[in-house]
Amino acid sequence: MKLRVLYFARLRERFGVAEETLDFAGATAAELIAQLQARGGMWAEELAAGRAFRVAVNQDIVALDAALPDQAEVAIFPPVTGG
Amino acid sequence: MKIRVQTQAFDLGAEVGAMSKGRTDIGAIASFVGLARDLNEGSGVQAMTLEHYPGMTEKALAALIEEANSRWTLLDVTVIHRVGRLLPGDPIVLVAVASRHRGEAFAACEFIMDYLKTRAPFWKKEETAEGERWVDARASDDAAAARWTPPRFEAGPD
Repeated sequence: MKLRVLYFARLRERFGVAEETLDFAGATAAELIAQLQARGGMWAEELAAGRAFRVAVNQDIVALDAALPDQAEVAIFPPVTGG
Repeated sequence: MKIRVQTQAFDLGAEVGAMSKGRTDIGAIASFVGLARDLNEGSGVQAMTLEHYPGMTEKALAALIEEANSRWTLLDVTVIHRVGRLLPGDPIVLVAVASRHRGEAFAACEFIMDYLKTRAPFWKKEETAEGERWVDARASDDAAAARWTPPRFEAGPD
């Protein structure tokens, strides 16, 4: 399936990308994170187990076991700091 | 209900006035204004830039107002959050809640701010003498939001 993946704030800066379209053969958010970690470098470091980041699917924050629908808009970002 | 994400400043008096204009059923309006501070984590902050996730931001703010409406009887809610570059002293966020009695307005205003801090997709980046740094989320904000679960359906005394 195809996913549109967005990155925000510190993660956008460290990855050097704000948005990309990805081919994804897995099913869950955790599998997408694993696919991105496999790129190595900053990706492996920032998305390692124990690092604090959030995943939103179609603009709702989800748990890592959430299923990703085809054509989903997935966003990966640090814990929020507004207000 | 009014939700705005904007770069320009807001006027607390005008926003509160707009809520009560032309109606006589409102008995209480509680408001909160958050400001940019000049000191954080022990070093001086010269400016900050707020980034957000367009689309999700508005959806998340609407969801937390809906959650507040399910817990208290509210007559109107306004949430305005600024984005872009702000200087110390600049207002960042406004939450105003109108209800029949003060207990609901006070409680819902604090609830909306606590949930906004942990659920709405905004991020602050500070400019300091040592360079730029992204602000880290605080455990105290998670604790403040956690106070509100499980739902409290009872408002305080009038």
